[in-house]
Amino acid sequence: MSITVQIPTALRRLTTGKAQIECVAANLNELFSALDSQFPDLKPHLRDEAGEIRRFLNVYVNEEDIRFLGGTDYAFQDGDEVLLVPSIAGGAE
Amino acid sequence: MTYELRCRECQKSWGNQPRSICDECFSPLEVSYDYDAIRPHFTRERIAQGAPNMWRYSALLPLPEDFRPTLPVGFTPLLEAPRLAKQIGAKNLYVKNDAVCLPTLSFKDRVVAVALAQAKEFGLDTVACSSTGNLANSTAAQAARSGFKSWIFIPADLEPAKILGTQIFGAKLVRIAGSYDQVNRLCSQIADERRWGFVNVNLRPYYAEGSKTVGFEIAEQLGWRLPDNVLVPMAGGSLITKIKKAFDELILLGLVTPKPVKFFGAQATGCSPISTAVKAHRDEIEPQKAATIARSLAIGNPADGHYAIKAINKSGGWAEDVSDAEVVESIQLLAETEGVFTETAGGVTVGCAAKLYKQDRILPDETTVLCITGNGLKTTDVLAGQYQAEAAIAPKLRDFNNYLEQTLDVTAAETVEV
Repeated sequence: MSITVQIPTALRRLTTGKAQIECVAANLNELFSALDSQFPDLKPHLRDEAGEIRRFLNVYVNEEDIRFLGGTDYAFQDGDEVLLVPSIAGGAE
Repeated sequence: MTYELRCRECQKSWGNQPRSICDECFSPLEVSYDYDAIRPHFTRERIAQGAPNMWRYSALLPLPEDFRPTLPVGFTPLLEAPRLAKQIGAKNLYVKNDAVCLPTLSFKDRVVAVALAQAKEFGLDTVACSSTGNLANSTAAQAARSGFKSWIFIPADLEPAKILGTQIFGAKLVRIAGSYDQVNRLCSQIADERRWGFVNVNLRPYYAEGSKTVGFEIAEQLGWRLPDNVLVPMAGGSLITKIKKAFDELILLGLVTPKPVKFFGAQATGCSPISTAVKAHRDEIEPQKAATIARSLAIGNPADGHYAIKAINKSGGWAEDVSDAEVVESIQLLAETEGVFTETAGGVTVGCAAKLYKQDRILPDETTVLCITGNGLKTTDVLAGQYQAEAAIAPKLRDFNNYLEQTLDVTAAETVEV
């Protein structure tokens, strides 16, 4: 499936300045792998050492949190717009 | 400077700037302090010389050196609550009453005051926020007072009083057809593009520090003593972590005797991602779609949820949640027993307190503080239908006495005695 990924400013230095990236991926894991291969520096910002999506990274598909759509099981549709948005926490332990 | 932003996870220092995320590891930033430099300025004696507002704790707030407060924010009453205590099985209960915080009657006045001090320092002329209402009111009011333009983003279906209470200050109010979580996500995107000071996005590390003043005040008002338990309503989950940080700082700087404090969190069942995780012994949040009358707590994807869970678990505390019907009953209970009219979030806190005493998670003799964070006049719509206006009577003593006999059958004897 052909999808568009919007990259937040904080990560654009890792995507050669690109704010928007076109990708072909069936699901989130494939999408991250596609991004990894295009932009190797981006990889550690998307997934942690265990391969899980980073705690403070929220992924939206067409404005909906992907966790409400099935998370990594969600099958992308042609034309889906994916947003990567950092979670804004400010707490303390 | 005695403070700066530091990444919570990788510890990288970011100085002071409008920013809430570490570009290196994408984790949240937090204000860290040079406690050795602050120690001589943060003593009981120095604090006692300060005015009765939150600025008496300025040494432990991230404020510009030339900051001069223009509003007496905070230092709200810590009330003993014996009548409420009796009703819910407590004996040593206090209410921290931020329903009367200035200038807009919620604890959000504390966080906004700190955020706007930094917005000025950073040379920003526009401030903004995403809000479930109280933050909207406070940002709009304090922006007006400090000469900022303000843009306020809210879910379109917010309580009318909170909408009016934002517009009155001349703020640009943007109603978003969506949930708070969607509003918040949009604001992250806007903050990414514009040089605006979003108090709870790019100014969030500073903003969140303002919440510590609730903790400082509780300790000072208890006679520089920490309580056994604190019960805090949770939306984004920040307040509970910052009260803990305040207590930790008081211990570190020697203002109070170290003792364990249990932290308890309160949510509405219709939006309970944090309490659900605590009860299931999970460390991570599963986001929810909010459906509750407690609009000010209706955050389905709480940014600080992970840290709130950690604070609760490490302290030996717990989290509970209550139904909308219990929220309304609890608002009434607090009003009828202690004369404090709180909004829905306060109903959530009181309702959860009753449950926690019933479960013996909080014991009667322990010193327990309930954080009441907002004012009931802002959410009167949830009480619609609870009280009927009686038919009017003529201004005649006989009519009144007749009225009394009719309405007070059971207690009629008392009126004869008078």
